[in-house]
Amino acid sequence: VRVALIGLPNCGKSTLFNQVAGYKAETGNFSGTTVTFTESRVRVAGEVIELVDLPGAYSLDEGSPAEKEAACYLDSRDVDVIINVADSTQLASALSLTLELVALNKPLILALNMVDEAARMGLHIDAEGLSRELIVPVLPLVASKGRGVKGLFIKALEVGRKKDEKIIESEIQNAEERHLLAIALAKKFVTQGERRIIWRDSLDNILLHPVWGYAIMLFVLFLFFQIVYGIGKLTEPPLLAFFTLLTEIVMSPFAANSLLAQIMLGVLQGIAAGVAIVLPYLVPFLLGLGVLEDVGYLPRVAFLMDAFMHRIGLHGKAIVPFILGYGCNVPAVMSTRTLEEPRDRYIAAALATLVPCAARLAVVFGLVAFYLGPVAAFALYIFNLFVIALTGKILSKMTAENSPGLIMEMPPYRVPTLKNVFGKSWFRVREFVVEAWPILIAGSAVLAILNYYNSADFFNTLVRPITWLLGLPAQVGVPLIFGILRKELSLVMLGQALGTSNFGKVLTSEQMLVYATFVMFYLPCLATLAVLRRELGTRAMLTISALTVIIAMIAALTVRGVAIIFL
Amino acid sequence: MRLLDLPLNVQARLLSFDEVRAKLNQYGLYVGDAVRVLRIAPLGGPLLVEVNGRELALGRSVAEKILVELQ
Repeated sequence: VRVALIGLPNCGKSTLFNQVAGYKAETGNFSGTTVTFTESRVRVAGEVIELVDLPGAYSLDEGSPAEKEAACYLDSRDVDVIINVADSTQLASALSLTLELVALNKPLILALNMVDEAARMGLHIDAEGLSRELIVPVLPLVASKGRGVKGLFIKALEVGRKKDEKIIESEIQNAEERHLLAIALAKKFVTQGERRIIWRDSLDNILLHPVWGYAIMLFVLFLFFQIVYGIGKLTEPPLLAFFTLLTEIVMSPFAANSLLAQIMLGVLQGIAAGVAIVLPYLVPFLLGLGVLEDVGYLPRVAFLMDAFMHRIGLHGKAIVPFILGYGCNVPAVMSTRTLEEPRDRYIAAALATLVPCAARLAVVFGLVAFYLGPVAAFALYIFNLFVIALTGKILSKMTAENSPGLIMEMPPYRVPTLKNVFGKSWFRVREFVVEAWPILIAGSAVLAILNYYNSADFFNTLVRPITWLLGLPAQVGVPLIFGILRKELSLVMLGQALGTSNFGKVLTSEQMLVYATFVMFYLPCLATLAVLRRELGTRAMLTISALTVIIAMIAALTVRGVAIIFL
Repeated sequence: MRLLDLPLNVQARLLSFDEVRAKLNQYGLYVGDAVRVLRIAPLGGPLLVEVNGRELALGRSVAEKILVELQ
């Protein structure tokens, strides 16, 4: 049995999906988190079903690429039951899509999600009446708390089994009529009682305030930065010390100069780097990002930043790829799919690859913040924003703007559940552990072999023109090349390449800054290159890659110049 | 009058959308819907409006193309 979840953006489809399938689909309190479908085989009420989470769609008519994906899936695959997830607090809007789905004449269930929120707002929905009118089962649901989930799927299986031949000839053909009917239905079956005003309702008075809004935004981002740094700083040294000790113990029986010993050392360094250098910053970062996403703060940032984004030729919505980019550039590039114009997608994707992801955060923090202090790291981040803005300005000058401007759903604030925040962070950490870490360890071992046979020189000579221009030691060539695989490698293998993890001894402050700056901008990692190609095509991928190298050179040389003058 | 010129917290009705019609329809906004401007971001920023119980942010370039009538 194949069951598809469909509904408006941000109505909780992925939350419902994750309740049943475990955390497999990205969620967040803003529109367009899901841009492609996620499938999972799950066991519900003793039966195995193929559950599909589709991207949010206002309508099955073609709209943004994400919407097309949803419509296309329903069209092409054999879907046995459709569960239409609707946000109960905005039923008038949701029913428009429901009416469209009813006309498909497939087994359908309407799930009224967030009924707890609706109750708080004093909305009473006559589910039975609505069900009679639409001739579709209507069930209440609180997906975030798992309430009503089981009943919903039992009903779905029941509906799927029936396969009755009720053919409802729908006279409504156009969207406008559907919309009017949806509003009429909502009026008929939803009664507005007394609304309980709570703190969340007046939060926007402060957070979107023309002055305080910006002050708080800066404060929130700064605090976020400080917490990540604080936790990382606290956990990194003891972990490093532990691994140094472990390495000594493990290595003591081996002759230090044998190939085997070198490989062992490389592997150990790879493991240590993952645990001691990357995770201390990655874990708090992802937890914090998860909270910000689920609260619904990101669209507020988009609202506040819209005016600024226009200066770089985009509108506020494009801020979401940027913010996601701080976690990982891959979802960032994918999220550009929610932008309607191809030009906007191209610029947003190009700029998103310049955003220092969590892996590059590890480089900046592990090198610059650790040795030169948090202010230097913060300054690099500000410099990064400046470079992105300038690049955006230049790119947008080169392409004609045709976007009508910002149109964005502003979700209500929601209280994030611990389960979801941890589930989401674990989902993302696991990606690092499963995909990046093995490459990191293997890369470390390969480098050890290269070192043993002195062939690292070959690679170092290959990029020597760049490293020479930047005033960096020749040995950083290999970490830079391996950094294209995974950005963490640029830090991890730096230790291997320079022969010590105490970078303060072998690199000057200027070199650390220049190196971190170059790593911040040059070439996106392999995974990002792959999505760039998938989203925008090979040509765009190549031009963006070339662009990042040029930007990295200019930015790193600028930092070098400034460092020479001031340090 | 243009949506852009509508004073804060005054109920109005959407009258016409000009060239942004298709785009707004996609977001579930149609002629005849009740609209209210909740706040306006400074420095040429967007408007926050309420339509059918939902809140939407609309850039000024969008809001100036929308005509509304007071109720």
